[in-house]
Amino acid sequence: MVRQRMLEEKVIELYKIGLIPGLAHPYIGQEAIAAGVCAALEKGDLIVSNHRGHGHSVAKGVPVHAILSELMGKKTGMCLGIGGSMHCTDLNAGVIFSTAIVGGGIPLSVGVGLALRMGKKSNCVVCFFGDGASNTGSFHEAVNLAAIWKLPVIFVCENNQYAISVSVSKSTSASIAQRGQAYGIPGLLVDGMNVLDVYEAAQRAARRAKNGDGPTLLECTTYRYRGHGAYDTGLDYRTHEEVNEWMTRDPIQRLEQKLTATKEVTSSELEAIRSRVNSQVEEATKLAKDSSYLSSDSLSKFVWA
Amino acid sequence: MEEMRRDEKVIVIGEDVGKYGGVFRATKGLFDMFGPERVRDTPISENAIIGVALGAALLGYRPVAEIMYMDFLNECGDQLINHLPKIHFMTGGKLTAPVIIRTQYSLGRSTGAQHSQFSLSLFMNTPGILVATPSTPTDAKGLLKTAIRGANPVLFVESGILYTTKGEVPTHEYLIPFGKAEVKHEGNDVTVVAISRMVREALAAAESLKSDGIGVEVVDPRTIVPLDMDTIVTSVKKTGRLITAEDCCKTSGVGAEIIAEVAEREIGYLEGVERVAFPDIPSPFGPPLQNAYLPKKESIIEAVRKLV
Repeated sequence: MVRQRMLEEKVIELYKIGLIPGLAHPYIGQEAIAAGVCAALEKGDLIVSNHRGHGHSVAKGVPVHAILSELMGKKTGMCLGIGGSMHCTDLNAGVIFSTAIVGGGIPLSVGVGLALRMGKKSNCVVCFFGDGASNTGSFHEAVNLAAIWKLPVIFVCENNQYAISVSVSKSTSASIAQRGQAYGIPGLLVDGMNVLDVYEAAQRAARRAKNGDGPTLLECTTYRYRGHGAYDTGLDYRTHEEVNEWMTRDPIQRLEQKLTATKEVTSSELEAIRSRVNSQVEEATKLAKDSSYLSSDSLSKFVWA
Repeated sequence: MEEMRRDEKVIVIGEDVGKYGGVFRATKGLFDMFGPERVRDTPISENAIIGVALGAALLGYRPVAEIMYMDFLNECGDQLINHLPKIHFMTGGKLTAPVIIRTQYSLGRSTGAQHSQFSLSLFMNTPGILVATPSTPTDAKGLLKTAIRGANPVLFVESGILYTTKGEVPTHEYLIPFGKAEVKHEGNDVTVVAISRMVREALAAAESLKSDGIGVEVVDPRTIVPLDMDTIVTSVKKTGRLITAEDCCKTSGVGAEIIAEVAEREIGYLEGVERVAFPDIPSPFGPPLQNAYLPKKESIIEAVRKLV
């Protein structure tokens, strides 16, 4: 979670000074979901991510420098700088693909689930998407299909309360978790600001998927502290009070408090973690900055396999 | 069937493709032979059909997804245009998506404006997906085999009206490469580049014009992406006249691209050009209305007479 947070803080900094072009969607505030879900996965389990996907990649074990390089468009990036912030793929880490089309990863993840099932693999695939995606046709078509075929897919809806500026209360009828019932699969409402709750729910979903019992829909309630993109303050459509109220439930602080209260970890150990992660991010930034771009004449070779 | 026997990673997915064998019977017998795991009926969820095929392809499967009518491809625009053709590129070549999408267009069968469209140029303008348009059973078999064994996404568009065509199909193993046009009739006076159903019309026109001493060369590109411009240009250099014939709307159709490309390469050889195509109107239902606009043998003869 700390690595995800520090990476995103760096992303915003680099974005503001123009080193990251285009779009970048910070994950700050939502870290418990990626961390909790990915902790529940085993080797060979896969994830499909989305436009707000840096945190998912970090949690699944993609090296930070490969992410930062990709965001800067450098050839040391995980997709050689061709994909950009919204397209993360790292097969070693099990990150199949991140899509920039809201909802677009959901049908694809069902296909990955089908391949796992047909290949008699005992793994599952997780699809991360937001509350906005739950209102696309892709969501409904794909969840239905995964349910009919009982595929090993975990649908993780990160309800961060806003689709850009439109609040979920204005866009979404009833709770998203309830939609699981409509397709005959478990739909669970999870506190997405509590990493242990997320972990436990994801573990149950993974067990169910791997037992051949089919998909699960997890709606994890959360909040993005920043705007939709690194360019957006997020305060044109939300109040300071609302943002601050959610920040009091910060997933990193909550876990730290719990761990120090039970004396499992000391505050100096936590400080050491921060310091170590900070060096990793700084080192990764330097690596990314020093890397070169892919030559433009090599582009055409990536159109056809 | 041969490909499914050869490679167990080949699967079929789509609406009614199972026990029923497809509404056009294209998958007849496959369900009984290969079972419900490999021949999968789906709900009416076209976007998910392509998305699921894509996801399975990323893990090594070779899905052949059937979309009943070409018009329904518009239901899958997100997976078909935004995802499938770009995923290899966007990931710097890390992922490949060998998905075959078999579909057909029904222009000429009075199926109305939403079951008749033949919108090829959209896909010519979408880098990353190959497009095959077979005009004979022989070509269909050889091209489909090549498509299934390739590493790229392929849109395989058949002509519904040609489904009733009977033709010799070699039983032996053969592959037809993509990007290799076939000169289906030789002639020295005018080149007709005909696509899909229009190949049949062009051949009939060539036969009729023979008695007038006019030699029509009929070139069937067989695949639109890649397009074998070399064969077309060679033919035009011989005849000096170029007619394109297609069931697409005329504006920005395949013919427009072919003529532009020939002009770019060898404008000095071009004495005249004509486009035979459907006008820029949706297809009407009633047979007399539809036939008034449907390009046919006579339209090609008329175009030839303008040039020769």
